[in-house]
Amino acid sequence: MSSMLDDPMILRQIIMDHYQYPHNHQLTEEAGYHQVHMASESCIDDITVQSKINPNGSIEDVRFDGVACTISTSSTSIMTELLKGKSIAEAKAIIADYFAMIEEQNYDPELLQEAIAFKNVSKQANRIKCATIGWKAMQEMIEEWEKNQ
Amino acid sequence: MLHHHTMQSHPLVYLDNAATTFKPQCVIDAVVRYYTDQTANVHRGDYEISYQVSEAYEKTREDVARFIHAQPKEIVFTAGASASLNLVAYGYGRKYLKAGDVILSTEAEHASNILPWFKVAEETGAKIEYIPLTEDGQLTLDNFRQAMHENVKIVAVADITNVLGYIAPIEEMTRIAHESGAIVVCDGAQSVPHTPTDVQAWGVDFLAFSAHKMCGPTGIGVLYGKYELLQKTDPFMLGGGSNARFDMCGNILLKDAPYKFEAGTPNIEGVLGLQQAVRYLESIGMEQIQAYEHELKAYAIEKLKKLDHLILYNPTSPTGIIAFNVKDVFAQDAAGYLNSQGIAVRSGNHCAKILLNVLKTSETIRASLYFYNTKEDVDRFVQACSEITLENCVGLFF
Repeated sequence: MSSMLDDPMILRQIIMDHYQYPHNHQLTEEAGYHQVHMASESCIDDITVQSKINPNGSIEDVRFDGVACTISTSSTSIMTELLKGKSIAEAKAIIADYFAMIEEQNYDPELLQEAIAFKNVSKQANRIKCATIGWKAMQEMIEEWEKNQ
Repeated sequence: MLHHHTMQSHPLVYLDNAATTFKPQCVIDAVVRYYTDQTANVHRGDYEISYQVSEAYEKTREDVARFIHAQPKEIVFTAGASASLNLVAYGYGRKYLKAGDVILSTEAEHASNILPWFKVAEETGAKIEYIPLTEDGQLTLDNFRQAMHENVKIVAVADITNVLGYIAPIEEMTRIAHESGAIVVCDGAQSVPHTPTDVQAWGVDFLAFSAHKMCGPTGIGVLYGKYELLQKTDPFMLGGGSNARFDMCGNILLKDAPYKFEAGTPNIEGVLGLQQAVRYLESIGMEQIQAYEHELKAYAIEKLKKLDHLILYNPTSPTGIIAFNVKDVFAQDAAGYLNSQGIAVRSGNHCAKILLNVLKTSETIRASLYFYNTKEDVDRFVQACSEITLENCVGLFF
């Protein structure tokens, strides 16, 4: 797995696939979901992320929708896949690891799986916001959940 | 002006001139000279350098007045076009508009010429109405005539729109507005830097523009107003320099326009930089600038038209703004690719309403030209556009 994820062509394809066919890309009206609307950070991206976190602290579902660029859309799509089914503690570790990678700090690629496709995003520094917009929305919902415990 | 700049290891092609412009050395020198040789406040010192700075400050009012065919006393220095438009909205609109009055605008307005009016409408009970635009986003005289009625008290429009770059028939519109007693507030942010401006011929009542979009410093701009209207307008701020006298009972005698609007120590270096910018543009000639930009845009459109994967939204608008998209590529991704090639453009929903209703897309890429851009700049821009694909946009990250 990890050697395959060193191939830039494969990483590029991961981003393109998640942009063209984003996962968990539909909002729901169902009860039990919280949502965060991210529209003020940049002038274009406008996405909403929803999550359902069970009382025992397991993340049952994560979904999103909106108008956004390749990097925002694909990074959020990958985030939803990665965090679905995880515990709050696991999710926090993955999110922290992802932000460490984006900020060019030490990180554990095993935790991030497909999300390592964004390891070079800081080369285009003005796109860091795009790569983190959906992740920040999820982080907010986790913090909110913890506050309410 | 651009020769020593690089971006992403390429020589810079700067095509975001609708956002801000580069500065000629004479502007930079004027700003620096104020701090190195001329530091003194205006309008108050009894000593030589203060007198000299005050003279240069007031001379700028004359230069700006000449540039737009106004009188010096009709020139108010502000922080920029947004500050100028807010001053009119709050100082004039809020004072005179009543419930039921109408502010007439368009769906193509920049936020700075519509958001202050939203607020004033909310406070006064006035209503905002919109002049319908043509299918390609133009403001026509016919549509304006139909939208005018006797309750319209203020017409707030841009002479040149910031998204599509069409020129409004401002002179005829002003005549029609005046016939029914409305005043015209013109946003000149995209027109004064690029085309000749004649407030007397146009007849507009207020005109706002920014120095930094016309080779001047940031943080300085102009509000032109007909003198009797400026006299009727309340200042936004009060303070030193705006009053002639006041007493302990709270009686204030304000100075006459334009001084009543310039409370506090003004942006002196900005004014002196603006003076050099105005003289610099005059030395080139605004007719020449307009003609050159029109020609350069036509040159660009001719080449861009041959690229099948582009959608051009305003090929016929006669100014230097090119609004486009790349099929199946999000605007910000395409702008990101252009950045990687050293080309500065802006992506965004510059004005969501017009883009949704007229252009049927929520975002575009805008390339905007100025007189210092060259055909070589356009060639590099076109070449980079020809390379924009989803693969190449994502490929930037590897």
